[in-house]
Amino acid sequence: MTRDEIYSKVREILADTLSVDEEEIQPTSTLKGDLGAESIDYLDISFQLEKGFGFKIGQHELFPQGVAQDPKYVKDGKITPEGIDALTERLPHFDFSKFRQDPQLSKIHEIFTVNSIVNFVQAKIAAKG
Amino acid sequence: MRWMWIDRVTEFEPRTRIVTIKCVSLAEEHLHDHFAADDPALGDRPATPLMPGSLMIEGMAQSAGVLVGHAEQFRQKVVLAKINRAEIFADVTPGMTLRYTAVVDRLDAMGASTLGTVEAFNHATGETSPAKVAEIDLMFSFIDQNMSGMDFPAHNFVFSESFKTLLRMSGIEADF
Repeated sequence: MTRDEIYSKVREILADTLSVDEEEIQPTSTLKGDLGAESIDYLDISFQLEKGFGFKIGQHELFPQGVAQDPKYVKDGKITPEGIDALTERLPHFDFSKFRQDPQLSKIHEIFTVNSIVNFVQAKIAAKG
Repeated sequence: MRWMWIDRVTEFEPRTRIVTIKCVSLAEEHLHDHFAADDPALGDRPATPLMPGSLMIEGMAQSAGVLVGHAEQFRQKVVLAKINRAEIFADVTPGMTLRYTAVVDRLDAMGASTLGTVEAFNHATGETSPAKVAEIDLMFSFIDQNMSGMDFPAHNFVFSESFKTLLRMSGIEADF
């Protein structure tokens, strides 16, 4: 499956799950800021991706959870550089480069872009062979 | 029992499928506030109250919620997170029996999604086979797994004594 094919299917899934027009969805769109996703939508998106692409997504594999509770990762409302390194390693599908410049925990949702989901799906399909 | 929108569980396959029934009665007060739009075809006949669609969704949520809750032995607080789809095809009136069928679509450590069908037996017409009146697909969240940073009471406030009674009445073991 090519990246374009994955993108088009991800777009279809997001349009359906978040009740938005496909035209509104761009690779750089953020799920919360641009597409209006709420916390529960993340679980729904995981379910729909599993169904649409035929793989299983483990708990916290796609979206990070519990980061805010880890004192190693968070200091004064910001994610520490060690925290970002750990997250980058654990969740390679996210692009943290912009977030690194202003790593406020309250802005973490900005890494949840359409592209990050496409990256995730692409890696899952590649791993499956 | 207040706020129970199903009367009985009639079929149950753990982690897979549940079938419940609900008898719609004129004695239910909320019905008296819900009527179909005026229908000239009825002539002088008074309008019949309707079962609100929202309560059909609640009935499905309770049915599917029991199915999902049972899968984790009622240890999880299973809350209705999203109505993925609800299509209501026909009016439901007193004298009918609703049959809710919910099947598990997805179930994991964070939550579940279910696909559901609602059928109605219309005792007034004598028709023995039920008519499909709605399709309701839902998503449930195990809130303790999804609300990082938020605390909820330790006791399971979702599955109340009423649910326990309903399940036991229907012959399903409910030790929670």
